Amino acid sequence: MPETCIYIARSSAIAARALAGEMMVMNSADSMFFTLNEVATVIFQAADGRTPLREIVRDRICEQFDVDPEQAQADAEQFVAELSGHGILLVSNQPLASETP
Amino acid sequence: MGKLIASEKETVPANLPAIELVIDIGGMPILVRTASPEFARILENRYGGFVIVRADARHNPSEAPMFELDVELMPPGLINQDEDLHVRLEAGRWVMERGDFRAEWDTERRRGWVRQTANPYSIDAVLRILHSLMVAQRGGFLLHAASAVCDGRAYLFSGVSGAGKTTMTRLAPADIILLTDEISYLCPTAGGYAAFGTPFAGELAKAGENCTAPVSALFFLEKGAENRVDELSSAEAVRRLMRNILFFAEDRGLVEKLFATACDFVARVPICRLTFYPDARVWDQVRNFDRKLDRNFARSFQGVPEHA
Repeated sequence: MPETCIYIARSSAIAARALAGEMMVMNSADSMFFTLNEVATVIFQAADGRTPLREIVRDRICEQFDVDPEQAQADAEQFVAELSGHGILLVSNQPLASETP
Repeated sequence: MGKLIASEKETVPANLPAIELVIDIGGMPILVRTASPEFARILENRYGGFVIVRADARHNPSEAPMFELDVELMPPGLINQDEDLHVRLEAGRWVMERGDFRAEWDTERRRGWVRQTANPYSIDAVLRILHSLMVAQRGGFLLHAASAVCDGRAYLFSGVSGAGKTTMTRLAPADIILLTDEISYLCPTAGGYAAFGTPFAGELAKAGENCTAPVSALFFLEKGAENRVDELSSAEAVRRLMRNILFFAEDRGLVEKLFATACDFVARVPICRLTFYPDARVWDQVRNFDRKLDRNFARSFQGVPEHA
């Protein structure tokens, strides 16, 4: 069975800042506020709409952090689902145009 | 149910009222125009040291304030107090509606109008909203916090209702200058942020002093068995700050700007949790804060915020 690609892009309805080593993201539509840990920050910053999530996990997460690839993939998918539920990330099985520069 | 404003109209008619008062808060004077001497007296009483009465500013355009607000008084009985506040931008004009007033504000012409009954609370709400919008454009904000000047530096005390904002102002020694017990007015400066006094009073029912001072620290208050200061992480500081900034508009662009401002404020101003036992000794903790803080703050906040 072919593997489904997941593409992720940052929503245009967010504001994000890195401050003192922490990434803070706010959904400007409802003012909900999130703080991302190091791994989540890497995924968030790589969410360009063109790079498949599996590639982000393989080339960035597994390269930078000492993690099991399958576990990292599962955690990344859970994180992406959570942030997309809050309107922070857009998710598709097709490449996306990122809404933020 | 009847609304305060039964009919719509674009501008207030040109039957010019006689009384003009300039209410100068945060260095942004707003000329308020009313036909009612009684209402003018209400304003003078409420805004005290922030009011300049002008006989007729229209004949001295060079002295005109940057902003003008016409107040049209409506008869009582048309108010639906249950109607919630809505603030939205429509074709370059801010529209503000609540059960007890309707107001519009043209951002380009810097003019607006209010329709309300002759009470101080509606105009007070309109002024808070207007200032929250105007100061946000300048990179500042209104904060639900008491503030006071101690040894030439401003200290802010924020927290949920009951956390101790009014208590802190009541415990203040005689040499402390109260800026506000309810709404702090903050603007960016070259070296950080400045706090301005406001007439927006809380439980103390007393306007602050009309003066300004550089901000030394923001404390989030919690009552406890002893006095102690704990630094907050950047994320926690931004989270608490955003929760306490007064902002009413349904406008994505301004919300994003406020978020950027909050991050900048956290990067430039020490933000701590102040656990305090409610007696006057807590002010010793505040007085000594600057000296203790200098080395800690430099270590904790390096660099400036960056866009993701």
